[in-house]
Amino acid sequence: MLSRVADSLYWMSRYLERAEHTARLLDVDMQLRLDQSPLEGSARWLRLLEASQVPVPDGGKIDAATLTHILTLDRANSSSILSCVAAARENLRQVREQCSTEMWEQLNRLYLQVNSTTSSEAWLLHSYLFFRAVQDGAHLFQGVTDSTMSHGEGWQYIQLGRFVERTDALARLIGTHFTHLPYPTDQAVESEEYLEWVGLLKSCAAFEAYCKTYTAELRPMRVAEFLLLNPDFPHSVRFSVERVNAALDAIGELTERKAAQPSRLAGRMRATLSFSQIEEILASGSIAYVDSIRWQCSQAHDAIHQIYFDYPVESALVA
Amino acid sequence: MVYDEMFAAPGVPRPHYQALFQTLLELPPEELRKSQQAADLSFLHQGITFTVYGNDEGTERVFPNDLLPRIIPNNEWRKIENGLTQRIAALNLFLEDIYHQGRILADGIVPRELVYSCRHFRREMRGLAVPRGIYVSICGTDLVRVPDGSFAVLEDNLRVPSGVSYMLANRKVLKRVFPTLFHDYGVCPVDHYAQALLATLRALSPPSSAARHEPTVVLLTPGVFNSAYFEHTFLAQQMGIELVEGRDLLVHDNVVYMRTTSGLRRVDVIYRRVDDDYLDPLCFRRGSGLGVPGLFNAYRAGNVALANAIGTGVADDKAIYTYVPAIIHYYLGEDPILANVQTYLLSDKSQRSYVLEHMDQLVVKAVGESGGYGMLIGPHSTKEQREEFRQKIKAEPRNYIAQPTLGLSRAPCFLDGEVQARHVDLRPYILYGENVTLVPGGLTRVALRQGSLIVNSSQGGGSKDTWVLRA
Repeated sequence: MLSRVADSLYWMSRYLERAEHTARLLDVDMQLRLDQSPLEGSARWLRLLEASQVPVPDGGKIDAATLTHILTLDRANSSSILSCVAAARENLRQVREQCSTEMWEQLNRLYLQVNSTTSSEAWLLHSYLFFRAVQDGAHLFQGVTDSTMSHGEGWQYIQLGRFVERTDALARLIGTHFTHLPYPTDQAVESEEYLEWVGLLKSCAAFEAYCKTYTAELRPMRVAEFLLLNPDFPHSVRFSVERVNAALDAIGELTERKAAQPSRLAGRMRATLSFSQIEEILASGSIAYVDSIRWQCSQAHDAIHQIYFDYPVESALVA
Repeated sequence: MVYDEMFAAPGVPRPHYQALFQTLLELPPEELRKSQQAADLSFLHQGITFTVYGNDEGTERVFPNDLLPRIIPNNEWRKIENGLTQRIAALNLFLEDIYHQGRILADGIVPRELVYSCRHFRREMRGLAVPRGIYVSICGTDLVRVPDGSFAVLEDNLRVPSGVSYMLANRKVLKRVFPTLFHDYGVCPVDHYAQALLATLRALSPPSSAARHEPTVVLLTPGVFNSAYFEHTFLAQQMGIELVEGRDLLVHDNVVYMRTTSGLRRVDVIYRRVDDDYLDPLCFRRGSGLGVPGLFNAYRAGNVALANAIGTGVADDKAIYTYVPAIIHYYLGEDPILANVQTYLLSDKSQRSYVLEHMDQLVVKAVGESGGYGMLIGPHSTKEQREEFRQKIKAEPRNYIAQPTLGLSRAPCFLDGEVQARHVDLRPYILYGENVTLVPGGLTRVALRQGSLIVNSSQGGGSKDTWVLRA
């Protein structure tokens, strides 16, 4: 597979995952907003911007309409939903002969839908429909991808991109949450704080899965454990890292290249998560822990880039 | 008067259009409108678009597709096929000759200065042997039907002809819209084009590659902003070959490699959709990032084949075009099966003065342009435009030719909810590898504006499916 193609598939997948993630965050925020006083809402919006790596506007104040605009349809913001879907489509367009026709058509349809949306008051009122559509569109694309594309090397780069992005986004979201909310205890929480923790779970599509595992009694420490360390839930950090690892292994075999560096980094990250206990993590500093996950994640990204996408010619002239 | 593809006389369809005529009478326009909408949407969702230059970069438009097929009886197609096979054979011999001995120039059949002054003549190709002696492997020739009902060649596209993907996409849509009609008509299939193209490209692979492995064929595209990018991806996918950009390739010791995730892989044949000028910044236009530095040396060393070869543009120069009948006669000893359109050479003094006096009746074209750019349609032009071209011609007569305004034939189209006649041409695609292959059909281009004679996609043209009948 061409290095450029692998690179495009990887980034296409990352951008789409990012768009889906942002749509979910905003969807959840809309629901929470209704139950809260404007003051609490505004604090969360600033966290939302921080978690999406968008600079907070001057004065540190923001209202719901501006926030929604910046994160959805703002072309100037490179991580708005529109920008991400457009970037995903542009990446796929450059390698469209590598994906199935169904994949291209699905992503193109999603793009046309997002691109034809204009911001208005009426739209804002029903923007949950838009967020649903983006999430559904992304899910549909993943389903179409899994059932129409060969699960070969290209597919593995798509997996890799999706789970690298997910690991990073989850770690960032959890980190922001830990920074701004009281220390997660093993006590059930109530009312206001309760809403925030539900919000965090729902932002990771994890509320129902959490309840199945731990019942509806919400203890922050368990929430942290679930989102960081649960091995089975697709939006936990550990699950995502496992997938990154699996994709790297598969790529290593398919390309017959001994890629020591990315595998070592991903393997270490996986080991950290497999053998950690939530009590330890909290005791030794939860923020530092998620930061270190994010750092390792970016290291793995760089290593992948150097081994597969942009290697020096001299290193490959044997063939 | 122009030739009407459908009607022999008002209200009397030609025999091969009878069934379509009947269907149109019976089908409610609403049905057709729905099919048209479904087809348009399917084109948009598939991203079958082209890019319009001169607008903001990357303006994508759907190439308009017309639902009504253009039907060509088998006997007419046979003649086209024979005529184009003859033409591509002669043009290849011509290219080989002018880049080697130059016999046709020495014999005074084609003026030497006309060849050497052509912008697309490549000195670098002198004495360079190309695989199988084939310069043009992929050719798209524009045919028009003149008022007496015969086909004539309007121009040869010997560099990087495009549009074949629309031929295939149109066919796919029409099979869905008119399944019964299609079946009853007995239409020759076109779906094997990609396979034929791959076989043609493989036939060019350097002998050195045979011992190693199956030849590696790639399609070189200028990238996603090129107007024909959709077609590049489509063909690469249909052939199952890699679609590469210049930055994916590199040359080491005169061997071309592509950069893959498993390391470097050797490339044997490049179906390049990049113009000569941009192929190799070391040899042609400097500072171009679209090509591959060192590619020409690898080509010269015989380590890689290019399709089409470099320098083929000299043979589709519109001034050389006037000599093609003589070229056919010179190399093959045959009369041309397909006629040329009457053409005035503006480097000739008496022809030039005639043209300058009759510019309001003629079409003036720049010799090296394509895509409907750089032309003047006399009857539809303003005084200022004519004056502008008059000055251009006087400055560089070699750069222009003139032709009578052609009465392109008309075919029925479904536009704005009703059937209307529009002018059409025909571009069949000719492949030349081990032997010459024509997929029966081609791209019928339509001038969508009423009365317009310009069929180019960049100038408001559309296309329709072309049905060549089995019998």
